[in-house]
Amino acid sequence: MFDLDKPSFLSAKLGRRQALQRAAHLTLSGAAVALLAGKDALAADHSAMKGSAEQDVRILNTALGAEQEAVAAYQAGAECGLLRKPTLGLAVQFQGHHKEHADALAATVSKLGGTPVAPKRDYGFPVSSLKSEKDVLQFAAGLEKGAVSAYLGAVPIFADRELAKVAASILGDEAMHWAVLRYALGENPVPSAFVS
Amino acid sequence: MTSRFLAALFTTVVAFTGTTAASRPQGDAARGAQIYERCIACHALKRNRTGPKHCGIFGRRAGGVAGFDYSDAMAASGTVWDSESLDRFLEAPMDAVPGTSMGYDGVKVPQDRADLIAYLQSATADSPLCR
Repeated sequence: MFDLDKPSFLSAKLGRRQALQRAAHLTLSGAAVALLAGKDALAADHSAMKGSAEQDVRILNTALGAEQEAVAAYQAGAECGLLRKPTLGLAVQFQGHHKEHADALAATVSKLGGTPVAPKRDYGFPVSSLKSEKDVLQFAAGLEKGAVSAYLGAVPIFADRELAKVAASILGDEAMHWAVLRYALGENPVPSAFVS
Repeated sequence: MTSRFLAALFTTVVAFTGTTAASRPQGDAARGAQIYERCIACHALKRNRTGPKHCGIFGRRAGGVAGFDYSDAMAASGTVWDSESLDRFLEAPMDAVPGTSMGYDGVKVPQDRADLIAYLQSATADSPLCR
């Protein structure tokens, strides 16, 4: 179906052990820390415009809920036994990104005075309909495409433009996930000049 | 005089709401299925996710899916979902229901909304996708 060992893919490939180590030592990435740096001032600004802050917190919490579901989805994908190396390593790497997004979003919600939503105990994934590696990759690709659209729809409505920048940064990462998964499925990784 | 007033009022209402039932474009459910892919980070037809499930949405009161944790604003909106209310909400969710948890700018192109609503009508009625 695809060959992740092609040179162009080597930089994206991650050994499973390395990925698991990353997932086990979750910290906010340098980029996320930088994005959140200075948010004390942001929080102070928001206290002066409470309604806008509340709206931003709602948007962030919605994104957080979706990120938590993505983490769980990749976990289900990794545990279903259908993914082989190197695809499994890729899934674990992407799961790690979603964990970083979730951590950054939760930290920002807290800084703005909100309460981060908690992950659900059960997401009811349609695991019984996943029969092959291709099924799992298609399921993941659909979620990633949806995530791109969701962040695209969130960027314009943040009252605070710094938060819009954070959302755009995450959007870029989700778009890369989607493209890589499409490539892995043997599809055109970048099917159009615009996303919607 | 009265008719001119009513005409002006109608024009104002149309300008405010964007479209009327008569002016809404005909939807294409097949194209709407592609547009629905924008929704699937948060929604599914058969199960609640970050957003509520869509099966059975037509005729359902907003906030009416048992077991889903709606925002206070959505639960109190009094909206009953039909083509018209969906069109209004999907265009700008946070304007249509201020305080909604749906942090999304909206589906801005009227034809896209019509297609999406046509898909939801076909997929959420008595269809295999919702059994």
